Amino acid sequence: MKKEYTLTIFTENKIGLLHRITVIFTRRHLNIDSLNTSESEIRGIYRFTIVVSTTETMVQTVTKQIEKQIGILKAFYHTEEEIVYQEIALYKVPTKAFAHGDDVESLIRKFNARVLTIEPEYIVVEKTGHKTETQQLFRELESYGILQFARSGRIALTKQIREITSYLKELEQQQKESEEEVLTYN
Amino acid sequence: METKTKSKGAAKKKAAEKMTGAEALIKSLLAEDVDTIFGYIGGAIMPVYDALFNYEDQLKHVMVRHEQGAIHAAQGYARTKRKPGICFTTSGPGATNLVTGLADAMLDSTPLICITGQVGASLLGSDAFQETDVVSVSMPITKWNHQITTAEEIPEVMAKAFFIANSGRPGPVVIDITKNAQFEELEYEYEATNRVSSYVPKPKTRLSEVEKAAELINDCQKPLVLLGQGVSISGAETEFKEFVEKAGLPVASTLLGLSAFPTNHSLYTGMLGMHGNYAPNINTNKCDLLIGIGMRFDDRVTGNLNTYAKQAKVIHIEIDPSEIDKNVKTDVAINADAKQALELLIPKIKKNSHEEWLETFSELHEIEFEKVISKDVHPPAGKMHMGEVVNTLSELTKGEAIIVTDVGQHQMASARYYGFQKQNSWISSGGLGTMGFGIPAGMGVALAKPDRPIFVLVGDGGFQMTVQELGTIAQYNLPVKIILLNNNFLGMVRQWQQLFFSNRYSSTELKNPDFLMISEGFGVPAKQISERDDLKAALQDMLDLDGPFMLEVKVEKEGNIFPMVPAGGTVSEMRLD
Repeated sequence: MKKEYTLTIFTENKIGLLHRITVIFTRRHLNIDSLNTSESEIRGIYRFTIVVSTTETMVQTVTKQIEKQIGILKAFYHTEEEIVYQEIALYKVPTKAFAHGDDVESLIRKFNARVLTIEPEYIVVEKTGHKTETQQLFRELESYGILQFARSGRIALTKQIREITSYLKELEQQQKESEEEVLTYN
Repeated sequence: METKTKSKGAAKKKAAEKMTGAEALIKSLLAEDVDTIFGYIGGAIMPVYDALFNYEDQLKHVMVRHEQGAIHAAQGYARTKRKPGICFTTSGPGATNLVTGLADAMLDSTPLICITGQVGASLLGSDAFQETDVVSVSMPITKWNHQITTAEEIPEVMAKAFFIANSGRPGPVVIDITKNAQFEELEYEYEATNRVSSYVPKPKTRLSEVEKAAELINDCQKPLVLLGQGVSISGAETEFKEFVEKAGLPVASTLLGLSAFPTNHSLYTGMLGMHGNYAPNINTNKCDLLIGIGMRFDDRVTGNLNTYAKQAKVIHIEIDPSEIDKNVKTDVAINADAKQALELLIPKIKKNSHEEWLETFSELHEIEFEKVISKDVHPPAGKMHMGEVVNTLSELTKGEAIIVTDVGQHQMASARYYGFQKQNSWISSGGLGTMGFGIPAGMGVALAKPDRPIFVLVGDGGFQMTVQELGTIAQYNLPVKIILLNNNFLGMVRQWQQLFFSNRYSSTELKNPDFLMISEGFGVPAKQISERDDLKAALQDMLDLDGPFMLEVKVEKEGNIFPMVPAGGTVSEMRLD
């Protein structure tokens, strides 16, 4: 059964890794719903957050195929319940939409959105939240005329207690053992 | 393995020396004990070839006739020697001509290091002459790839390339070097490595899984071991034999697992898969325990996954974690190197034999022998069969030659009828099924093991795909013995057309050239036979000869390879005719 999964991938900062990751999805004819990358809490280690809708068997295989690439430190997949996540959306609406009564203002209050900038011709509104929430505000604002709209990729943190630093330590230990073993074999 | 330690020791402590990037590259290869390179010169790799000119006494460069020939030769070399094969090519077309070989090596876990020249760093991305984004092109078909744009990166990147290519599950590596990096000078210092951050080549074997596996093995009644190439890659042939003999486990081999286990062993039951043997395919769906070792449950082995060994428990010993549970769900997975896993497993399993169960393999084999094998190997009359050619070769060489094949019917006949007695004796394109693989791969094998008899079996289709390498074979006088099984058809596809497309032979019949003239034109002596009575003598003459030779054997035009599991079919419903 298809379900939404969020992959969290920790990588080194190397040219071409994004390509190595995306071809794995392309091969399986999987569409990436959203993708975000930024430096993690550890300097030099990058965090990719990728959202994809597929079966658990598929996401499991894909995660393993990603993790085995050189330059990938660790890859996980999570269901919605296992993460805390957020997205950000920006809406550019004509300033005149605010001229008719307080409809738009109450919308902004209701959705806990905020106004980033006010220009004579347009206003830019920002809303953070899950896709359903930002999409709902989109629908509400649509009748006032949306000039531009953009939504970011999902960013997510996991609820699990074990942090990446502990995995990295384990990885280092495994490498050390593997290295020692190569030496003994030789 | 010992040489590696030495080289590492020797390579470790050397004072820095000033030299060009091109020379540093050559020195790096020497530090890793490379003795043979397959390549083709061109503009963007000229500085490297210029540096190579000074080291020709230490590094043999084999100048091929096409870059595809270079990479298949490197594959043949790598798989015979179990160390990375090296290729040099120029940028653009030189590099893109490697693509088929890279894809082949990726699927068949072959360690390669391909050095491709690239336009100068200042020209990158400008659509310069012979510029191709080789790193992007080769990304999904390499274990690792990297572009070097400054000379000082060379030693470190090369050390990394060697480690990655040949450790864990081996695979091809592409190193793209811009021309400026070849010209620039650096302070050269080389240190071999066995550590790359983010990479764990050998996962640690979990003892709890070994225990569980041993328990299943000790409790089972009808086991079947699937032997894959991983056993040869990890050099675990001895451990494998000890393992199956101790618990009395019947062995079936994948296509690439062939030659790791002697075919005349009482526990050997044949080859798996689409054109494998009847008994192991039928019994796959009767066994109660399936033990896959160093193999990946490829679709040519499993057929329809929904009807594959559903009754059996599955143990999978595999070094690549992404192969575990990919196609067949396991009950016990040992994510480890085959040798290490077997060493741990052997003391935990009980001595056993499964005589009754083994007997069922013999009974099934009898059926296959009567319906298929006897007719293939000793056809009563008519044109020669591929099976009898391979069988005669097997008898004459006592199963001790190295067999290299191309792809198609002759490949399946070779796999089925050559009685392998020695390890590392089977070089064939498995996962990718690359026609044109055989002849160049045979060159690489001849350079890796010049002391062993080497036979390349090839069909008339594949022969013409890389026929230009006969020039290389003649130039270097490589002892490659080519047996061209000519049926004037792309036989395997024709067989499918006959069986599944109502005899509609669309684009499979060949109007062939005079193969003797072609071969002799290249400088490779040749002979043609079409009569059964000449076969043995012709093969014997070839075997006795020192240099290269090409024997064209005219075989039955519309012969079929049976038994057969149709694509996507159920293994236990294998057809005998």
